[in-house]
Amino acid sequence: MKRLVFAALLMLVSLYCLGPFLWQGLTSLKTAADLTRLPPLLPHPPTLEHYRSIFAGHPLLRIIANSFIVATASTVLALSIGSLAAFALAKLPVPGKGAVLLLVLSTSMFPPIATVSPLYLLIRAAGLRDSPVSLILTYTSFTLPLTLWVLTHFFRNIPDELYRAARIDGCTPWQSFTRIMLPLAAPGIFATAILVFIFSWNEFLFALTFTSTTASRTIPVGIALFPGLHEIPWGEIAAASVVVTLPLLFLVFFFQRRIIEGLTAGAVKG
Amino acid sequence: MTEIGFHSLCKKFKKTSVIDDLNLTIENREFFTFVGPSGCGKSTILNMVAGLESITSGMITFDGHSIDGLPPGERDIAMVFQSYALYPHMTVRENLAFPLSVRKVPSADRQREVEKIAALLALTPFLSRLPRELSGGQRQRVALGRALIRKPKVFLMDEPLSNLDAKLRIEMRTELKRLHREFPVTTIYVTHDQEEAMALSDRIALLHEGALRQCGPPQEVYAAPANLFSAGFIGSPPMNFIEGTLLLDLPFLASRLAEYRNQPFIAGIRPTDLRITGEKRENTLSGRVLFLETTGETTWIDLEWRGNRIRGKTGPVRRTARDETAYFTIPPEKLHLFDKSSGERLW
Repeated sequence: MKRLVFAALLMLVSLYCLGPFLWQGLTSLKTAADLTRLPPLLPHPPTLEHYRSIFAGHPLLRIIANSFIVATASTVLALSIGSLAAFALAKLPVPGKGAVLLLVLSTSMFPPIATVSPLYLLIRAAGLRDSPVSLILTYTSFTLPLTLWVLTHFFRNIPDELYRAARIDGCTPWQSFTRIMLPLAAPGIFATAILVFIFSWNEFLFALTFTSTTASRTIPVGIALFPGLHEIPWGEIAAASVVVTLPLLFLVFFFQRRIIEGLTAGAVKG
Repeated sequence: MTEIGFHSLCKKFKKTSVIDDLNLTIENREFFTFVGPSGCGKSTILNMVAGLESITSGMITFDGHSIDGLPPGERDIAMVFQSYALYPHMTVRENLAFPLSVRKVPSADRQREVEKIAALLALTPFLSRLPRELSGGQRQRVALGRALIRKPKVFLMDEPLSNLDAKLRIEMRTELKRLHREFPVTTIYVTHDQEEAMALSDRIALLHEGALRQCGPPQEVYAAPANLFSAGFIGSPPMNFIEGTLLLDLPFLASRLAEYRNQPFIAGIRPTDLRITGEKRENTLSGRVLFLETTGETTWIDLEWRGNRIRGKTGPVRRTARDETAYFTIPPEKLHLFDKSSGERLW
């Protein structure tokens, strides 16, 4: 009985979370005529027409590539800086650790809309307008506080004695970071990487402001610009949404295994 | 092969003094133990020798040369931690080889050394396991092996046996002694367990609140504790302390105590030296039995004697029950006397 209730609740929550996505999936398979009608609920017959048209009529591949470059670069950059800083804050004798962490956190409290215009002026002055670099720099700076907080926590949870042992065994602080601390913080690194990547993949406001051509335009903006003068191509928007969500799903499934592997590889004693 | 010197060593955390003016020389090849209750600063000393903790003032020397400013990796020391601090993502083989691989020892030599150490510590069957697949005792041996493999100048051990169960702890104690005989490297050992310190060490140093209370061979510290702290800390069960002036009641002690007659003092007698008998004899004192504790070989009896609770020893079969009267003798040569105000040994 208890299990049944649990299963029912689980179904309900899944349905609630997956609902919009399912709807989007169904929409992408419907013919243009069926789009605005209900019933039929299920596409009848299903058509791949929208998928063909997004790849034929739009520079979608270019936009996906842009997003991929921007998100990957932001993730790599944020994690490189963030993990080193977090290691220092967690294990090295840095004065004023608490203050540093609070200061970093406070920078992430400004709503993006408040910072978008000053940032735009900065980007324009630096000559980076309509360049993926502008987005990479912005996303890195916006995801660093999260990266730093999560990773500092992970590094703190690694016993101090392991760091000390590494130092005595002859490691420099850098070597103990790369050879001992980093492998042990892997679950945290992967979890943070996923979050940063998804943020960068989905971000809309800055992408809309800083980009103007397909040279640097990313997916959310690209899809938002689908609507033409007289009509909104729901089918194509749905198809594009489905297409660009797939890489994220793949990423999460792939890294999820690594996270679990990492978590069970811990254990110092007992 | 190193002699370690501490010269006016001080350590402060913020404003609290943790180590206050430590002067000490640890001889080459000596097994030296810092022992004391938790928070006495013993681990801090170890960390300063290791270079993991900075020195506030003073100096530590290896063979007369200051090691101040040398990073831990260049001091040629090895350390064994209470939690073993094995690298959880590496196999036993990789853990053992790690100090060598950091020092860029060629892989063939590394392999040979690992095999040798593993054979020495009976770890050969476990070389490809991960630390989490080992028992406590095996992890402890891996930690020892990782320290031994580099043949360091100095061994540091921070409560290495505290996480083991009682039986294993005694076994590893013997193992440590054997290893120290085979590799006579200057060793600094830190523990809160006085029995462990006594059993292992050439010399022990008693620390209390950051200060050195007594230093010497275990037997010497046991036989002639320099102060009340030392007397109370070393020996199990702990020494009985009896305050002051009433001792003139003991006729056989009168001559010895004559010169301290007008000073307040504390007398100490170890429970092992206090003999309890069933019947009254010459020179016996009597007390009320409060508590009995049998360990098999001996029975410890707590007596109440003139407001003092004192513990004494009796043979395995003793028919005494609670609240009965028992008689005891204090062999005068086993008595320790301390100044009441300073706690220093008088006699």
